[in-house]
Amino acid sequence: MSSAFELAYPESQPAMASSRGSLHPRLLKAPVVLHASGVTKSYRKGKVEVPVLNGVDIEVVEGEFQAIVGASGSGKSTLLHLLATLDQPDTGEIYFEENRIDNLPASSRDILRNRYIGMIFQFYHLLPELTALENVLMPVMIHHGIISYTLQRRKFRQRAKELLDLVGLSHRLKHRPREMSGGEMQRVAIARSLMANPRLLLADEPTGNLDRAAGEEIMEIIHELNSAYDVTIVMVTHDMSIAAQADRTVRLAEGKVESVSFQS
Amino acid sequence: MYKLLLSWRYLKSRYIALASIVSVTLGVATLIVVNSVMAGFSDEMHKRLHGILSDIVIRSHDLNGLPDPEWHVNEIKQIAGDDIEAMTAAIQIPAMINFRDNIQGQWITQPITLIGIDQQTYGEVSDFSKYLLHPENRRQLNFLLKENDYGRGKRDRFPVSGWARRRVSAEWEQQAVESQTNDLTTNVLEFDANDIPPSPFPLVDDSGVEGRGETVDGLVEGEVPGVPFQALDEPQLVFDPSTEQHTGIILGISICSLRGRDTNGEVMDYYFALPGDDVKITVPNSGQPPKAVSDSFTIVDFYESEMSEYDSSFAFVPLSKIQDLRGMVDVQSGTKSVSTIQLKLKAGADLNVVKQKLQARFPVQQFGYQIQTWRDMQGPLLAAVQLETTILNILLFLIIAVAGFGILATFFMIVVEKTRDVGILKSLGAPSGGVMSIFLGYGLSLGTVGSGVGLVLGLLFVEHINTIAGWIEKVTGQEVFDPTIYYFNQIPVIVNPVTCVWVVVGAIAIAVIASILPARKAAKLHPVEALRYE
Repeated sequence: MSSAFELAYPESQPAMASSRGSLHPRLLKAPVVLHASGVTKSYRKGKVEVPVLNGVDIEVVEGEFQAIVGASGSGKSTLLHLLATLDQPDTGEIYFEENRIDNLPASSRDILRNRYIGMIFQFYHLLPELTALENVLMPVMIHHGIISYTLQRRKFRQRAKELLDLVGLSHRLKHRPREMSGGEMQRVAIARSLMANPRLLLADEPTGNLDRAAGEEIMEIIHELNSAYDVTIVMVTHDMSIAAQADRTVRLAEGKVESVSFQS
Repeated sequence: MYKLLLSWRYLKSRYIALASIVSVTLGVATLIVVNSVMAGFSDEMHKRLHGILSDIVIRSHDLNGLPDPEWHVNEIKQIAGDDIEAMTAAIQIPAMINFRDNIQGQWITQPITLIGIDQQTYGEVSDFSKYLLHPENRRQLNFLLKENDYGRGKRDRFPVSGWARRRVSAEWEQQAVESQTNDLTTNVLEFDANDIPPSPFPLVDDSGVEGRGETVDGLVEGEVPGVPFQALDEPQLVFDPSTEQHTGIILGISICSLRGRDTNGEVMDYYFALPGDDVKITVPNSGQPPKAVSDSFTIVDFYESEMSEYDSSFAFVPLSKIQDLRGMVDVQSGTKSVSTIQLKLKAGADLNVVKQKLQARFPVQQFGYQIQTWRDMQGPLLAAVQLETTILNILLFLIIAVAGFGILATFFMIVVEKTRDVGILKSLGAPSGGVMSIFLGYGLSLGTVGSGVGLVLGLLFVEHINTIAGWIEKVTGQEVFDPTIYYFNQIPVIVNPVTCVWVVVGAIAIAVIASILPARKAAKLHPVEALRYE
């Protein structure tokens, strides 16, 4: 455990599962992007309160590819939603680049999701009425007003095309989601998540709904993003073969971090 | 930016939205059509009422009228002279008309309202002359029979009238009389006129034979009028109907005509009498108690205001004729009295202010005059039309409100359907307000498109309403707009731009209001739950 880490995060508990001891050497000195401590979350089902997370600590450093694994119901998706500020924890704190984000007002969290954190989902979550290109442009459309967007329209479209080219879909610009295969939709979703040039990419079982070949293609893209473009990635998955490729794998069980393993 | 794009895409991709648009369209179009027709009707009615009635009428409660009209006129000029454009005196009395139906040959008697008018000034206070059938009378009224050409520019299929008709019927009548006398003479061959002894009672009767009293003066001295067969072999020196007329009378057209349908269902007018025919008028004289006095008149024109109430009762004759006939002369001063004084005010003058001034000058306790504006006289009718318009508008707006609930329901459906999209947008950082404004914008564009199309449709419908009414008649065989009832040949319409704007704004407002609740629901969706929604 490094002393620098202790200084940066004095509240962090010694028992937390994030130790850099076995992390890849290139990441040892990297700054922390995301850091959560003591996060709990429970849902109400009628009168019964169902605990999902019971005090989770997690740490993501810049350039890292981290996998969160666990059985169904272990709370891995919920954790990802909390990290993405789509939801708020009952207790505990989440920091993004040393700023606490879990208690921010809704408008600030909206900006955070819009510009700093990219997300991809198991079911792609593209807007069915829009073409691939428009879907990729959506984050900047949300960011900019009509005038501002129109003025920079050319620049934005250029970037969106480059991103679609990056994921190998430059021939699919005008297609609607229902005209594309699952793998293609997921690639559009990846391009969209990169549109705002985020510091962090959160992926919620991106290959969960794809066949092996398409899944492998997606993983290739994700690896390329991580290695060639230095995108920090946190990925929830239940596929152990994918988890094995991660720099760090956090295993959740019953709402707690069961173990942390590093790529050997 | 995304709000516009998504509103537009949702509008384009949802056929269910089309239903809402159609309902808004229909509502807006109906409101515009109904308002235009109602405005057309009410305007037509105002115009007619106002055209027939002058602005202000001072009416004496006594049938024998207000004495010394000149003094009254001067008084009125003093107190309200600045506001008055024209003034006329008239007499209005109940009367009976009696004429021979030229279809059946029966004598017809009807009650009428006889109005004595000053032919110079009466046309100045109202649109009276506009409603006359003869084009010359429309320019300048006089009570002389015209040659023909009645109805030109107004009723184009009007039968031959005027002198052309009068000569023919006089000739026909003369032939009828001749053939009768021929029959008579052949039957009594041995009869010699010279054998008849001179009548012991020379018949010099003022009333004459069938209204020919006026022409008694024309008799040659030495002749013995009234002796049977005397005049037969001599030129008719008495009243010659082929060249002479009685005092002219202008009849409301429905007094002696009926509008109906012929066997083919075409609208037809049946005339019992026409300009050129003679009628008899009976009026009460100004004696105590009044006695009936009669005189003959020649119809010189018809009056068609297209208000059945007036067209079936008004008859106009020269003012002095009634005054003489009824004996409305003040014995002491020698002035002739009238029963109403009618005023036309200058444009912009306040009717009620002038009315109050006049009421102050001629208090009812002292004079017993009724002073009314034209609105007072037709108050209940105008109020009824106004009420009708208001109620119709309320009912029709309820229809748009129903469309509003349709939009509400549709939008809730769309929001439910779009729950996942809302989740996606929120996960991409769209604020709740932005999500809400997508759906508000959706409602706005729905309302705008719907009411825009409705406006165009409504205006087109109004523009071609008479053609459309014609089609509907053809298809259903049912008369949409019966000219025998309304006296308009066309449905009158007036498009009021302010009303159109209100209708469109109202419809858009309803569409937006109806989308507020669903939009709020969408905005409040929790992103995680929305994303999980299947």
